[in-house]
Parts: sequence; C-alpha cells; structure tokens
Amino acid sequence: MALLSSRALGPARQQAISVSVATGAYAISFGALSVASGLDIWQTMALSLLVFSGGSQFAFIGVIASGGTAAAAVLTSTFLGLRNGFYGVGLAPVLRPLGGARRAWAAQLTIDESTAVALAQTADDLPARRTGFWWTGVGVFVLWNAVTVVGAMVGSRIGDPADWGLDAAAAAAFLGLVWPRLASRRAQAVAGASAILALALTPVAPAGVPILAAAVIAVLAGWKAPRAKDEVPE
Amino acid sequence: MSAYMWMWVAIVGAGLLAWATKYAGHVVPEKFLENPRVHRVAAYVTVALLFALFAVQAFTSDGEVVFDARVAAVAVAAVLLWCKSPFIVVVIAAATVAAGLRALGWG
Repeated sequence: MALLSSRALGPARQQAISVSVATGAYAISFGALSVASGLDIWQTMALSLLVFSGGSQFAFIGVIASGGTAAAAVLTSTFLGLRNGFYGVGLAPVLRPLGGARRAWAAQLTIDESTAVALAQTADDLPARRTGFWWTGVGVFVLWNAVTVVGAMVGSRIGDPADWGLDAAAAAAFLGLVWPRLASRRAQAVAGASAILALALTPVAPAGVPILAAAVIAVLAGWKAPRAKDEVPE
Repeated sequence: MSAYMWMWVAIVGAGLLAWATKYAGHVVPEKFLENPRVHRVAAYVTVALLFALFAVQAFTSDGEVVFDARVAAVAVAAVLLWCKSPFIVVVIAAATVAAGLRALGWG
C-alpha cells in the first residue's frame, strides 16, 4: 500500500495497478464458471488470452452453460465486445503513432479498464494517458490470464468475489475514472441519461444492449456544437 | 468433427472477432476524426459507455435492476471522490463497505 500511495509512481500508474488487481481477481470466477460450464482448462485459458474482454467471456460461457449453441456463444460474445471498437476510436489519437505489431497488440489491450485509466488523465498530458493505457492493459492482461488458470484449477472453492466486495470495487473504480470527465454540465447530462437508459433497458433488452444504447445519447449530445468550447470532454 | 473440436473453432472465432472489433476502432482514418462533430461525438461516446457500464455494474444483477450493498458502497465512493480522496482509497472503501454490509447479512 505504501507503494500505491507513493507520489513518485504518479496517478496513472497508481490507478493502473489498483484497477489491474481488482479486475484480475475477477478471473477467479471466470476460470471456475468456465470449467463448470463444461469447457476444459485449455479452452478456458484460450478464451482469456484470445477474447480478453471480461463481459464477452462471461457471456460466452453463460450461453454454453445454459445449453446454447457454440454459434450463439460467439455471436453474444462479439456483440458484447462492440463497445471496444468505440474505445479504439477514442484511444487512437492518444497512442499515435503506432507501428503494425504494436498497434495489433494495443488493439488486443483495448478494454473498459485500459480506456478508462487512459482517458482519466488530463487531456494535455499525452505521456500520462499513454502510460495509463499501457500499464493498465498489460497489468490486467497478465493478472487476468494468470488468475484464470487458478480459477479453472481450484474451481469455486475460493468463494464468490462479491463476498469480498469486489463487484462494488469495480463499480467504484469506473465511477472514479469517469469522474474527471464530468466537469461540464453537458457531460453530466450525458452520463445521467446514459445511466437511466441503461437501467431502463436492462430488464427488457439482451445483455450488452443497455450499455451500447448509451452511444445514441452521445450522438445527440455531440451533434450540435456547444456555446463554450471547453464543454466537450477531451 | 467432434463437439469438442467445434468448441475450439468457436473459441478461436470469438477471439478473432473480438480482436477485429478492437482493431477496427484503432484504424479509423485520422481525417475522419478531425471533423469537429465526429470529434465531439467520439468524446461523449466514451463518457456515455463507461458511465452506462458503471450503472449496470452498480445497480443490476442477472438482467434485473437491483439495489443492494453496492448502492451504499458507490455512495461512499462518490462522497470520497467529491472530497478528492486518492483513487485507491475510493476503491478499497467501496469494497470494504459492500463486504461489511454483506457480512452483516444485508444486500
């Protein structure tokens, strides 16, 4: 903890480390549930390495566990991963210039956590945004894949991460990461409307739709230029 | 082909599609992003998606809107953020509140 609170590490790295640990711990449940759904340990590891997006992976094994076809699992997982495409659009100007292999690797690390930490750093500090992206992306990738193996081997004996409050920690982490971007009235309105829409759609729409639907609110908010230029979150 | 092999095809297929989705965002032409309207929408899209994700993580379980120990946890987190507490303090406080309330049998 002394390391985490040390000023020398800088906010981007501190956030990257705490987010990586909190997210990585969740891979215990993924590994355990994946084996319980009928996949073997190699298939479980392959999902974490290749898909590398928590929501998509839980959806994939959820469809399999409930007796769905492999094709339905691929479709649901891909749909839940669509928001990562939007994140890439926001990250590209931050990470530029990127060569072929590094860009391919950056794409694989483009997830909720790496995007949130990168964009939580001030807009005029590009090195801090890059540090946030790479430290979080690599940190989550290493821990998520390592802990997946542990989860697949020890199964559900460790218990539910919710008992440790990790679900609330994840929600609080995202709140903290979006916080600096909610300075303007319009950004607050976009966030509030997105939350209300997502919660209203949750009981009636398939998983993934409630979050993606928030993109419509962003289009409405960004369509007309605001009076003051600084109202747009960078 | 066996069901086991088909499962491997599905896993590799899901992985390729996941990566292609992520990569597509990174290779949107720079010219296109310089358009002020596209720039504004792209900036709001990340705020909208991340905040919707927060709402779903904090207030839903298995396709239902649920208010449980997480509500108290994120309320504490919001107060701490308001007071400009360090990020790690906010995250640990939220986990402690939720775990504590659940240990007491609430939420």
